[in-house]
This record gives sequence, structure tokens and C-alpha cells, in this order.
Amino acid sequence: MNDMVKMVVVLTVLSSVAGGVLAAVNKGTASQIEAQQLKFVKGPAINAILDGASNDPIKDRIQIADGAVERSFFVGKFDGKANTIAFEEFGKGFGGDIGVMVGVNIDSDKLVGAAVTVHTETPGLGAKAKDDPSLVSQFKGLPVTDSLTVTKDGGQINAISGATITSRAVCVAVTKAMNTYQKMKPQIQEEIQKVGK
Amino acid sequence: MPKTIVQEFTKGLWQELPPFRLVLGLCPVLGVTTSMENGLGMGIATTFVLVGSNLLISMLRSVIPQKVRIACFIIIIAAFVTIVELLMQAYTYPLYLKLGVFIPLIVVNCIVLGRAEAFAYKNKISSSMADGLGIGIGFTMSLGALGAVRELLGHGSVTVWGDFSYNLLSAFPSFQPFSFMVQAPGAFICLGLMLCLINAIGD
Repeated sequence: MNDMVKMVVVLTVLSSVAGGVLAAVNKGTASQIEAQQLKFVKGPAINAILDGASNDPIKDRIQIADGAVERSFFVGKFDGKANTIAFEEFGKGFGGDIGVMVGVNIDSDKLVGAAVTVHTETPGLGAKAKDDPSLVSQFKGLPVTDSLTVTKDGGQINAISGATITSRAVCVAVTKAMNTYQKMKPQIQEEIQKVGK
Repeated sequence: MPKTIVQEFTKGLWQELPPFRLVLGLCPVLGVTTSMENGLGMGIATTFVLVGSNLLISMLRSVIPQKVRIACFIIIIAAFVTIVELLMQAYTYPLYLKLGVFIPLIVVNCIVLGRAEAFAYKNKISSSMADGLGIGIGFTMSLGALGAVRELLGHGSVTVWGDFSYNLLSAFPSFQPFSFMVQAPGAFICLGLMLCLINAIGD
């Protein structure tokens, strides 16, 4: 019995301490990790979507409060007009959250592109969503609607073969992005004026 | 006869060189050694986890109950691996992207658990640290060496963090890089040949 109590106590204490330390490290590195992601992952994705913009979209970003969270919208200027935004949404993939950067043209309400940012999908299968443009290129030019799904679910996006769950997650992220855009369009239009000047 | 601290340290560099002499922890050995840089990065991450977990397990060895020792080891190892993962994300992001899923997989690397079970749980703190450091450095060297050979034959040149580079093509202009060496089957063949070489040299 004594042995039993000791086991429970040791395991509990050890797990709690490990959890506490990890929470502290996580908190301590969070801002640094975000800066690194912006530089190495989001940066290239944003530049790919807003290719040809005359400004630096990473510098010209606007922050808008959406409920409790603060969202970043990266603004691209085309022909002297700030009319395109890119922002990130997440979908649940096979190995965790998949981040998708989605670009929307505010004037035409059309998607200008999408790119996978962070993911932990299986190399050679789901990870293709990031490297192989065949999936994300399908979003380019589509009008903003309420939802987009893969053909297997009756939608219009062709999934990557062998990676239906990943493809679905990308569609979910784009759908969420479109919903966010529709919901927040007035605020975005208001804020974007400041960049335009 | 008990070994001295120096002996505990140096045994990891040759007699118990992890991938080649013990033939342990082959998953990262085969998976990440497509370049010398990746191999060294993986080795350093593993060394950090090894030293940290060996230290902690050795410190707590009188507290950890025999029956749940493996569970305790895994908690400690997993905590260190997560710390490494977060630190790599914060400071060496490009390397983190390349090593990807192999970093969390250090948790199940049998070298780390093996040292905890076979050594740190039974020995005092100083020798456990020396053991972890020795094995870790041996592992880093092995991964670096394997990565260097594969990168050299597969790409014709070796580059480590932009500071050091060697181009085989300038020395042997007729050399044709064969990308087979940086693919998965090349890892097995290269590992086999290196095992053969190490065994031929012997003790």
C-alpha cells in the first residue's frame, strides 16, 4: 500500500513539475517563435500570395480585434491602392493544426491565393500540401462564398491523393478565413484606409 | 573495477559509439543524415536531452519507485525534448523545419531511454553526466560523419551553417554526384559500409 502511494505521489509531482516548466518555457519563447515564424514561414507565404505588391505587406500589417483575439491582416498595395489582404486561419489536419495564409481582394471579393504556412503532416503525403502547388492553386480566383470542400464531400477542390484529411483541413481553414473576412469586412475596410495613405 | 569519470566520458566516443558500436537509435541516424548540418543539429539536440535526462534521473534515482521508473523516465525525457523543440523553434527555425518530426521522436530514441535505464538510474550524478555527454558527443560525431559522407557523394559538396564548405567537384572535376546517396536506400548502404569500416578497425 505504501509503495502504491509513493508511486502515485512521485508520478503526480513529476508530471506537475514537468508541466509547469514546459508552460514557463512555452511562455518565454512564444514571442521569439512568432517572430521566427513570421520571418521564415509566414513571410514567404505572404509574399507568394501578394506577389507584385508595391509595398512590404509584412510591415504594413493591421491589427483588428476579433472578439478576444487580435488578428493580423497583411496588406498588399496594387496599382497604388491598398486593396488586398492576407491573413492566416487554421484547420485540423492529420498531425495537428495546419496554418493556411489566405489572400482576399477586397474590391472584387475574390480569393487571390492561399499558401500553407505551418503544419505537422506526414512527409510525402500530407506535407505535399505545402510544397506541391496543385492543391492551394485551386483557390486562386474563386469568389468568397460560405464554404469550400473537397470533391469527395461534394465540393470543387481536388484533394491531394493519399492526403484527403490534409486537403479537407486546408479547405476548412480557407472556409474559416472566408467567414472571418465576411464578418470583419467593414472593420478591414476602415483600417485599410490608414495604410492606403 | 569502477570506471573513472574520464572513462565514462570517453567510452561513448568509441567503445560504445551509439549508432556504430551499439547499433542503437537508428531511426534518426537514417532519417536526418541527408546533410552534415542536419546530422550535427540532430546530434546536438539529442546530446542536450541525454545530459539533461541523465542528470535529473540520476538525481531522483532514490525517489523514483522501481515499478514506475519507465513512466518517470519518459516524463523527464519528454519534458526535455519539448524544451529543445521550443528552443529550436525560437532560435534555429530553419533547422527545426528541416528536422521536423524527428525532434519530437527523440522521446522514443532508445539511446536516451537506454542510458536512463542502464546507467543514470544506477549511477551517481557526476558519472551520469559524463556518460550522457560522452554518448551524446559520440552520437553527434557519428551523425555528422554519416551526413558528411552522404552529402558529399550525393551533392558533391558539404556546407555547414555557411561557415564551412568543401566542394569535391573542385578537387575532382570528373566526379558525378549520385543523388541516390541522399535518398533513404543510400542511408542504409552508407550506414552498412561505415559499420563495416568501424568493425574492421575494431577496438
